[in-house]
Amino acid sequence: MAFLQLKSVGQTYFSKTSATTALEDISLSVNEGEFISILGPSGCGKSTLLSIIAGLLIPTEGSVLVNNQLVNQPHPKIGYMLQQDYLFPWKTIEDNILLGLKLRNLYTQEHIQSAFRLLREIGLDHTIKKYPSELSGGMRQRVALVRTLATQPKLLLLDEPFSALDYQTKLKLEDLVSSTLKEHGKTAILVTHDIGEAIAMSDSVIMLSSNPGRIFRTFKITESLKNLLPFEARQHPDFSATFQQIWEELEQIEQNDFE
Amino acid sequence: MSKTISNKKHLEFLSGIKKEKRNIWIVQLLIFLSFFSLWEIASKQGWINPLLFSSPSKIWALFIEKVSDGSLYIHVVFTLGETVLGFILGTLFGTLLAALLWWSPFLSKVLDPYLVVLNAMPKVALGPILIVAIGPNFGSIIAMGILISVIITTLVVYTAFQNVDENYVKVVRSFGGNKKQCFKEVILPACFPSIISSLKVNVGLSWVGVIVGEFLVSKQGLGYMIIYGFQVFNFTLVLMSLLIIAVMATFMYQGVEYLESKLIKHHS
Repeated sequence: MAFLQLKSVGQTYFSKTSATTALEDISLSVNEGEFISILGPSGCGKSTLLSIIAGLLIPTEGSVLVNNQLVNQPHPKIGYMLQQDYLFPWKTIEDNILLGLKLRNLYTQEHIQSAFRLLREIGLDHTIKKYPSELSGGMRQRVALVRTLATQPKLLLLDEPFSALDYQTKLKLEDLVSSTLKEHGKTAILVTHDIGEAIAMSDSVIMLSSNPGRIFRTFKITESLKNLLPFEARQHPDFSATFQQIWEELEQIEQNDFE
Repeated sequence: MSKTISNKKHLEFLSGIKKEKRNIWIVQLLIFLSFFSLWEIASKQGWINPLLFSSPSKIWALFIEKVSDGSLYIHVVFTLGETVLGFILGTLFGTLLAALLWWSPFLSKVLDPYLVVLNAMPKVALGPILIVAIGPNFGSIIAMGILISVIITTLVVYTAFQNVDENYVKVVRSFGGNKKQCFKEVILPACFPSIISSLKVNVGLSWVGVIVGEFLVSKQGLGYMIIYGFQVFNFTLVLMSLLIIAVMATFMYQGVEYLESKLIKHHS
């Protein structure tokens, strides 16, 4: 039984002068523990799709199911991580990572301790009394990861979480996020426009075409890459072959758009 | 070796800053002293009309006299109390109204033209109506102090509410937070800087409201002293009250700045 199911989800935005279809007939299912990436040109509705799965946006067509339960509001088992860290500058790191627990009514000693444990795991327990402005970009994004994981979601939605970071930090964080999620047995959906990142991190890659966003193709990543850390996967001989393949597909999408 | 050189350079840099600071202070003091000496001399020499412009020595003598017979104290306390109350209530009501507008976009659309009209209208002109409605007392002076600052506060704070980055709200919502929690966790704390800066503007505005209010109704306060001094042609009294107001307003402004530095250390 699939953990997450999307049944022909569609989203149309209305304005005074027009109706724009951002997503059309998106159907997919994700098993527990799977890591999938959604790849596509900008403006293909990737972020919209993520907002719909998170329950922040009710789709105009179709439905989203988690464990066969309809998602029509932010679900406690789904965590959402944004493009930038969006840590609250007026809160200390401690208050920031405990925010979700407070809002979810999970503010118990047990949950608080496990949030602190997570912070220690990613090597930032010394920052607990600091404010976000005192941390570097990479550290802040790691804190944001802890904040998202603190409520112990089963499914993690990652909306280009490394796009605002420099390349080195990004590579390190990919490894950290990937191993942390694997260790805790989380299911994850990563939205990105970075082909390498999608291949290195996930089990399968879903490619969207734009205007309106539709599933163009689903790529299974080979076993040889799946079990490697993202950084190692990037060095593997199979990596560039997969990269080439996806690159050509993306070119084709763009050509189709052009015609 | 190179470390001692860079240390020396650093010390030179620091003493440079210190020197500049001292020079600024000296020039400021010089301007202050020459203004009052010039005023004194001009008045003594009859370059300006001493009846109209008085002189620093006469003002000082009157100040000492009023302090020693205890009559100044009550006026100052009265006006200061009204102003503080006026600007705190003005800011508070303004923020509450802004919160209400944020809560209900419908209400905000409905009230928009009314707020524009109310903001453009000179509130001081409402003085006579206030006096008749509330009575010639303390209440109508406070009302004036509030009225003059509440609308502008509402507009400034509401704009700040609207400009909060939507993604912070998204974070709270993704954790299942409701509208009230969004307001409490994001909107309000994110706008503390704007609320404090409207507090700064309101310090000035409330002085205007209260002094005008006292012109109209009061038997006490610095505004009353000004209008009384004017009626009996005692301009020493008028100028003394004016100087006291200037000093008080400055202190109040400094107080708000201190509050600002304490409250919004981490808003970047």
